[in-house]
Amino acid sequence: MSVWGVPLGEVWSLTLDHIYLAGLPLLIGLLLAIPLGWAALTRRWLYGPLIAGTGLLYTIPSLALFILLPGILGTQILDPVNVLVAMTLYTVALLTRTVADGLSSVPNHVRQAATAMGYSPLRRLVAVELPLAVPVISAGLRVAAVSNVSIVSVAALVGVSQLGTLFTDGFNRNAMGPIVLGVIASVTLAVLFDVLILGVTKVLTPWQTAGRSA
Amino acid sequence: MISLVGEWLTDPANWSGARGIWAQLVTHLQLSFLALFLAALIAVPLGLYIGHTGRGRVVVVNLAGGFRAVPSLGVLFIAVLLLLPRLSGEAAFVVPSVIVLVVLAIPPVLSGVYAGVQQVDPAARDAARGMGMTGGQVLTQVEIPCALPLIFSGLRSAMLQIIATATIAAVVGLGGLGRFLIDGQATRDYAEMAGGALLVAGLALTVDFVFGLAQRLVVSPGLARAE
Repeated sequence: MSVWGVPLGEVWSLTLDHIYLAGLPLLIGLLLAIPLGWAALTRRWLYGPLIAGTGLLYTIPSLALFILLPGILGTQILDPVNVLVAMTLYTVALLTRTVADGLSSVPNHVRQAATAMGYSPLRRLVAVELPLAVPVISAGLRVAAVSNVSIVSVAALVGVSQLGTLFTDGFNRNAMGPIVLGVIASVTLAVLFDVLILGVTKVLTPWQTAGRSA
Repeated sequence: MISLVGEWLTDPANWSGARGIWAQLVTHLQLSFLALFLAALIAVPLGLYIGHTGRGRVVVVNLAGGFRAVPSLGVLFIAVLLLLPRLSGEAAFVVPSVIVLVVLAIPPVLSGVYAGVQQVDPAARDAARGMGMTGGQVLTQVEIPCALPLIFSGLRSAMLQIIATATIAAVVGLGGLGRFLIDGQATRDYAEMAGGALLVAGLALTVDFVFGLAQRLVVSPGLARAE
C-alpha cells in the first residue's frame, strides 16, 4: 500500500522518527526550563542574563545550529543527537521565560500561606507554585511543540530522516505527492501534539473547568 | 576541526569575488529586507485595521498560530515545483523563494500589529476621542505609538523567520549565506558549512540587535519603562 507514491510503512516510520525528534526535546527542555525559570525568578540578578541568553539561542537559524552542533559536540553530522540537542535548546529558549512568567503569576498570598504552613521552598515550588503555573507554562509549551514539529523537518537537509525527508525526496524526484503528504503529515502531527498538551493541561487544572459546568 | 573553520573564515579569498562572503551577505540582506518590506506592506495596514475596528480578530489569532505549524521547507519546495516551469533564468529561483519568505513573514507581523493596537489602554483611546480627535488621529497619534513595542516584536520575529528560511532556500538555488551551508555539504567541506553557519547565526543576532536598538530609539520612553 502506498499514498501518493510513498509506501505506507515508510510514512509510518518517518512519522515515528519525527515524533521522537520533536517530542523528546520538548520533555527534556521543559525539565531544564523549570529550574532555570525558577532561578531567574528567585535570584533577581539572574533574570536579565538568563532571559536574554536563552532569547539569543532562539535567534540562531535551525539549519545553522544543525551544522554547528556536530563541531561543538564532536558528533557526526548525520547523527540524530544533533537534532535532539538543537530542538532541546530551542525549547529551553522558549520555556525559561514562560516558566518564570508562570511562577510569578502565582498570587503572593498563596505563597505566603504555603510558607506559613511550613512548606520548604522546594516543596512549595513542587506542590503549590508549579501546579498553579500550569496554565501559563502549558501555553508556552504549545507554542514550543508546534514550532518544534515544523522546525525538525529542516533536518532533512543534513540527512537526518523524519517527515522532512519526504520533502527532499519529492523535490529530487520532481514529484509533488510526497511533499504535499509530508506537509499534511507534519501539520497533523503538530495539531496532535497541541491537542495532547491541551488534554494534559485540562487534567492537571480541574479548577479551570469546574466553575463552567456548574 | 575548529581551526579549519577559523582558517576558512579568515582566508581573504573566501570573502571576495562574486560568490564570496561579502557578496552573499549583501544578497542575503537584500532578499531579507525585500521580503520583510513586502510582508509589512500587506500585514501592517491589515493589522491596524483589525486592531482599530476589532473586525476579523478570530482570523488573525488562528492564522498566526496555524502558520507556525507549517514546515517552511515543504512550502518552499511546493512553490518551486509549481512556479519553476512558468519562470526562466534567475527569476526561476528567486521569485518562488521570495513569495514563500513573504507569506511566512505575514502572520507574525500581522499578529504583532493587531495585538499592539488592540492592547492600547481604552482610557488613552477615550481621552483622545474626548479631546476631539478623529478616528484617523486616534490611530496615528495614540494607537500606533502605544502599539510600537508589539509591532517591533512582530517585525523582529518575522525577520528572524525570513533570515532562517532564506538560508534554507539555498537548497533551491537562492543566493545568500545559505550557499556556503548547502554547497559545503555537497562537496563534503565541513569547514565551509560551519563557517557559513557561524556567519548566518552572526547575521541573525546582529540584525535582531539592530532592530532592538531601533526599537529603543523609536518607542516612547514612557512605554519602554513599563516593559
